Amino acid sequence: MKKLDPGTALDGFVIGRCIHAGGMAHIYEVSYADQHEPPFPLVMKVPRMTAGDGAENIVSFEVEHQLMQVLQGRHVPRFVAAGDLAQLPYLVMEHVPGQTLQQWMDDKAQAQVVPQADEIARVGAALARAVHSLHKQNACHLDLKPANVLLHPEGHAVLLDFGLSSHAHYPDLLAEELRKAVGSPVWIAPEQVVGVRGDPRSDVFAIGVMLYELATGELPFGNPQTAAGMRQRLWMDPPPPRSLRADVPPWLQEVILRCLAPLAAERYPSAAHLAMDLENPDQVRLTARGHQLQKTAFLTHLRRWLRTAGMQYQPSPLPSQQIDSVPIVMVAVPHYDVSDATLYSLREAVARSLGIRPGARLAVVTVISPGMSSTTDSDKSETAVHRQYLNMLRQWAQPLDLEGHQTSFHVLESTDVAQALVRYAEGNQVSMIVMGAATHGLQMQRLVATVPIKVAMDAPCTVVLVKQSLPFEQLHEGEPDPEVVALERKRKRAENWVPF
Amino acid sequence: MRYALLSDIHANLPALEACLEHARSQGFDRLALLGDLVGYGPHPSEVVQRCQALQQAGAIVLRGNHEEIIQTHHLEAHRESLGGQTAGWTHAQLSPAQRYWLEVLPLSTREDRVYLVHASADAPERWRYVEDDRIAGLSLDGACALFPDVRYVFGGHVHHQSLWYRGTGRQLMKFAPTPGVPIPTPKHRHWIATVGSVGQPRDGNPKAMYALFDDQAGRLTFHRVAYDHHGVARAVRAAGLPEFFAERLEKGR
Repeated sequence: MKKLDPGTALDGFVIGRCIHAGGMAHIYEVSYADQHEPPFPLVMKVPRMTAGDGAENIVSFEVEHQLMQVLQGRHVPRFVAAGDLAQLPYLVMEHVPGQTLQQWMDDKAQAQVVPQADEIARVGAALARAVHSLHKQNACHLDLKPANVLLHPEGHAVLLDFGLSSHAHYPDLLAEELRKAVGSPVWIAPEQVVGVRGDPRSDVFAIGVMLYELATGELPFGNPQTAAGMRQRLWMDPPPPRSLRADVPPWLQEVILRCLAPLAAERYPSAAHLAMDLENPDQVRLTARGHQLQKTAFLTHLRRWLRTAGMQYQPSPLPSQQIDSVPIVMVAVPHYDVSDATLYSLREAVARSLGIRPGARLAVVTVISPGMSSTTDSDKSETAVHRQYLNMLRQWAQPLDLEGHQTSFHVLESTDVAQALVRYAEGNQVSMIVMGAATHGLQMQRLVATVPIKVAMDAPCTVVLVKQSLPFEQLHEGEPDPEVVALERKRKRAENWVPF
Repeated sequence: MRYALLSDIHANLPALEACLEHARSQGFDRLALLGDLVGYGPHPSEVVQRCQALQQAGAIVLRGNHEEIIQTHHLEAHRESLGGQTAGWTHAQLSPAQRYWLEVLPLSTREDRVYLVHASADAPERWRYVEDDRIAGLSLDGACALFPDVRYVFGGHVHHQSLWYRGTGRQLMKFAPTPGVPIPTPKHRHWIATVGSVGQPRDGNPKAMYALFDDQAGRLTFHRVAYDHHGVARAVRAAGLPEFFAERLEKGR
């Protein structure tokens, strides 16, 4: 929508001064048309686009409305009213006093003052506490940056702009609308780059980027303009802050680099832990990383690059569209001539894949031949046969911890197993296919092109061929010996590295 | 209009009463029973009587597959299965008039933007399970093909609570709801949900399932309601019905 003139009446509000004209929306001071005094100052946010102008902006507006209605506490502006999305989208909310972190940083830069470590820690802790309050309400911001953080005169931080956020209680509209990385390139976390949404540790990463800039005046990963540029942070360590500014204390470097770990699991497990470290610099557990003055060695980066290429995230040779969409892991479960050990190994492989991708989706698939469901009473028996196989798939998946993973089960009908699997993977933007090597006849490869080879050759994504490898006795005994399991895991991990 | 959506009661009177009471405490304008009133459970006659009274008071009552298999001409075909055995028992518990009432219930109904059906809207009489994105898509497309204004399709049959939605893409997205949390379901999108089972939950939680939908506010809330499921399991055993159905109530699976 075009900029509104002061004095315009809108759904019972009167438009005042325009206080912000951003790329996505205008923000105006507003008052009630009937003159009555609002309990606190109000602003109205009106998107630049209208319902006819394409999905992205409107969807993020819908998301922000969804979040604003339910978020509570002093770390978010209070929500007042919203306009009908189809008619006239707008949001009215509390006008929170204070300046944004961006303005605060700009003022410092203009005055040529470098923020001191204790100041950085104070601002960082306020920010981390605000973010933690959001996480406790089941929401992730996912677009944290200095312009979206308001420093309240009372000392606490208030978070703004929930257009790219996710809330575990509501359907994630952005997961579907934008099949690419959702976030701002400077601050976006590695897992967001490959399409995972809803990990609170993504917000911890963004805080780390802000702390890094506060401490050094530089951006840790620059401002990448391409998907490949954003992907660097999957494996790259930024230069240690102390290498840019020698007076950054080791504890602050330790904190910052921990926030910026490429793997979410190696960051602070919550923003509350981070706040605690920032509030207690003398208790920060220092590692070598805190003192480091050299950039990470090329070989370390190369090793990590290989790891991310092979396992953690999606390998870079894939078409960007597939990498950038929400990862879907597909597992092909054979339904005939299959040993318990194979089913167990498949499950292990899937558990490993899902374990490092919170929010990843699992599709459990089997392929039956069309003959198996065609009888005279076709309709009912088709349902019955499908249900039988669906039940088998569900039973297979039962021991998996699928908490937080959307999971679906599919029975495909085809005479050509390999083609059915590949087509399914293509049609559903599957990021990785997990399948058994032995069950699908790898040992026959010398004679005919077997299913796994055909799938590996034709698949639009990574294919993991799982060999049955766990000792049989562990399938039947109660508690497996943890040492044996650890050894076995190590061995299997090593094995799985080879093909990639 | 605020709808209370109850499905798959399965001759479980205490579960039905518990859900109705819970729904009354939340407030609703229209009650819809989405089929499978009987089968599996120990109270077919009581549940039918209760549902007839509710229908007279204005409730929508739809037919499910269990209303079909308890009819004389279907019994033989299902004699071998466990469900078939309860169908025979259920048949015997009901009067011919009650069975006739069940037999002629409608398969689906539509009010404004809302389409109600026991199984899948594209072919209700095939009793297809809306359990994956594909079938959910077929059902939603089926309802919209009949009535272009439809934005919401609600059904039961699968004994799980799920919600799918469609954005600008064709692909449906599945969402696992949190019980008791209202979900914004604005009418500019298309939505399809299975409301779960009142009388025989199968997701590992023995609490009864139902949903409330407010079509003005565009808000859908899935609920779980505790009731004396151990008591009903005892009644299943006392009636001489297969042990499996008693255990299923106890485990909710």
